[in-house]
Amino acid sequence: MGSTSASDSAENRGVKGVGRRDLIRRSAALGLISVPTVGFLSACASSGGGGEDKAKTGKKTDKNPLGVNDTAQLEFVLFDGGFGKEYAEDAVKIYEQNFPNVKVKFSATQKIQSTLQPRFNQGTPPDLIDNSGAEQMDMGVLVGKSQLADLTPLLDAPSYDDPAKKVRDTLRPGIVEMGQFDGDPVWIMYYAYTVYGVWYSQKALDSLDATYPETWDEMLAVCAKAKKKGMAGWTYAGKYPYYLPFSLYPMIGKVGGREVLDAIDNLEPNAWKHPAVKACFDAYHELYAKGYVLRGTPGLDHIQSQTAWAKGKALFIPNGSWVENESANVIPTDFGLAVSAPTGLDSSDKLPFGTIWASGGEPFVVPAKAENPAGGMEQLRIMLSEASSKNFTSKVKSLTAYNGGTDGITLTPGLKSGVAALDKAGQNVVNPRLQDWYVQLQKEKIGVSGLGEMMAGRLTPAEAIKKIQGYADETAKDTSIKHYKHQ
Amino acid sequence: MQHGKYRFIVGFLALPLGLYALFVVWPFIQSIYYSFTDWTGLSPEFEMVGLDNYRRMLDDEIFWKSLQHSLMFALVLPLVTIGLALFFAFMINVGGRRRRGGPVISGVRGSSFYKIVYFFPQVLSIAIVALLFAFAYNPDSGAVNSFLRGIGLDGVQPLWLGDPDLALWCVMAVLVWSTVGFFVVLFSAGMASIPADLYEAALLDGAGRATTFFRITLPLLWDTVQSGWVYLGILALGAESFAVVQIMTTGPGGPDYSTTVMVLYVYQKAFRDGQAAYATTIGVALLVVTLAFAALVMRLGRRERLEY
Repeated sequence: MGSTSASDSAENRGVKGVGRRDLIRRSAALGLISVPTVGFLSACASSGGGGEDKAKTGKKTDKNPLGVNDTAQLEFVLFDGGFGKEYAEDAVKIYEQNFPNVKVKFSATQKIQSTLQPRFNQGTPPDLIDNSGAEQMDMGVLVGKSQLADLTPLLDAPSYDDPAKKVRDTLRPGIVEMGQFDGDPVWIMYYAYTVYGVWYSQKALDSLDATYPETWDEMLAVCAKAKKKGMAGWTYAGKYPYYLPFSLYPMIGKVGGREVLDAIDNLEPNAWKHPAVKACFDAYHELYAKGYVLRGTPGLDHIQSQTAWAKGKALFIPNGSWVENESANVIPTDFGLAVSAPTGLDSSDKLPFGTIWASGGEPFVVPAKAENPAGGMEQLRIMLSEASSKNFTSKVKSLTAYNGGTDGITLTPGLKSGVAALDKAGQNVVNPRLQDWYVQLQKEKIGVSGLGEMMAGRLTPAEAIKKIQGYADETAKDTSIKHYKHQ
Repeated sequence: MQHGKYRFIVGFLALPLGLYALFVVWPFIQSIYYSFTDWTGLSPEFEMVGLDNYRRMLDDEIFWKSLQHSLMFALVLPLVTIGLALFFAFMINVGGRRRRGGPVISGVRGSSFYKIVYFFPQVLSIAIVALLFAFAYNPDSGAVNSFLRGIGLDGVQPLWLGDPDLALWCVMAVLVWSTVGFFVVLFSAGMASIPADLYEAALLDGAGRATTFFRITLPLLWDTVQSGWVYLGILALGAESFAVVQIMTTGPGGPDYSTTVMVLYVYQKAFRDGQAAYATTIGVALLVVTLAFAALVMRLGRRERLEY
């Protein structure tokens, strides 16, 4: 017959080929199958162990109290931030001199997390890390997951300068405690030492015929004087209101005693409801209510607020000792930069005027899975010598954890006043821990949503306290967060 | 030559499919997998925790706020940007007055200059744009408030990024500013391919600018507008909104969580709080939102295609 249907003819037109449509359909099916197949090959990014082959320890001698293997390589990763890398390079040179057979693999980066997180996940971290900067890895998690080595051997080793003195006895107050999270082990060695407080220009204060106010009534009087001259009393990093605690927390400690701050850190119920907290919140809110805060402050970031302050638009700013370096290009030479411990309420305060917040910065850690942990600690021991400490202070205008190390070098005005403030404080140095224990609570919740809103006039002190207490309770209940207590 | 055909096809498909599986499908599967664990992102150890992260997410007030803001971005940003871009593109290409002896349709005077000006922000990286605007919004000495003072509005000195009621709009305005130029150029190209005789016929019938736009230009440009819409929505849910919020806002994400968006929350949970597993959970939610958005736009925007 010769008449076949169209479809037949297509099928019969020779070979069974793969039509365009078939091809698409089949490859789609293939794709669907391949998806779960790939899934079964569950080789996760986080898997993989290894790195267990530690370097053999060397012989412990007087010169080498930590028993460093004098042929094992040392890898040192530094945060390349405001302090630069020269101070560490100098310390590395000393290490290489002491162990001539070792070439230290030194690198400096701002991307601590991006560089090192994968290496922690693979179990091959370097031997010493300066875990600092915007990309700091969460210390609580590192400790909680046993990723860090206990630095107690370092602290108990003889110090670099004086074999009769242990390293731990050469450090400034609070440094060792800051490295602890729960119990005795010390996980972190803070190298820099930061003084927090109220920063001001001595020149501006002189021009008002005023001295730094010790009670809140005096503070208000100075602010009123400044306002008459067209100058605001205060400004702060409005976009990052977690700068306010730098002077507010030690004030709370001064008014109500250390226990109040400890209770807050320990997330105890109703810790924020303490009368001292309310009194200090009221005092700060008064600055806003009386118009003593520079207009527009809630919209300024730290640099903008520091610039306005350096230009003389505001008298006081709560800040840390890094401000001298950070704002160096806008602070006039005759500014007379000075820091003071925060103003208290009155003579009924529990602690004397001078009570100040000072604590460690630049956290150095030795990973638990490092190949040469003894080397990492030895490098730290070198850095904690008087010579290295002096080198750091003269190069980057900051104190170190080494107690002393300022004799015989010229200090900048801010640094000098910081040293004086520490002398005045004596043992009255407080060290609130919220900012390293509960970052989100401190910065976002207490800082931005509590204090920031209050100082912008959108919350009353009572409302702010209620809100913050709610956040603290939330954090205390959150099981996904590791909780810490003051020892 | 039929034999070996399969091998031939497989040979061509294997590489792209493999790459696609490795770099697109695999990470998706991994992150979905991690959302069921308690992985911190800082150590190789983790355990399966089932649906805990999802349960926690549903109770998380900040998550709901960020979702709300992300949806707002996905809705408002395309609407405003595409609206403005269509208007500008129309004025540049079609909206001009008819000049004697000139072509039937033309743009307003100086249109080629405007085209370049509109495109200019596209040349700057979003990070730079965000920084520049952060300076402009400075309530103390920024350009915006200085301008207000300059024209005598001393009493009107908003806090901009420091005000929870304004901050989100300030951030959106920056994104509109930086993306509108690209769409002006895109729509201009689309308009250039619409045959001039259609306009001519409309003009002969006495159609004004508005009628021409709604009856001729928009229907013939519909496909371009639709893909622009999807593209903008993804951009508003993803990286661009992260960059501006992270760089410009109080906190970032504030004041008082008024600008936090889902991508920012993913970032903060993964890289600030060491809760990578929870971050991937929010990431999965973001994936669902993005897919839903794309599907919705495709479905709502489906129209008969006009051939010309």
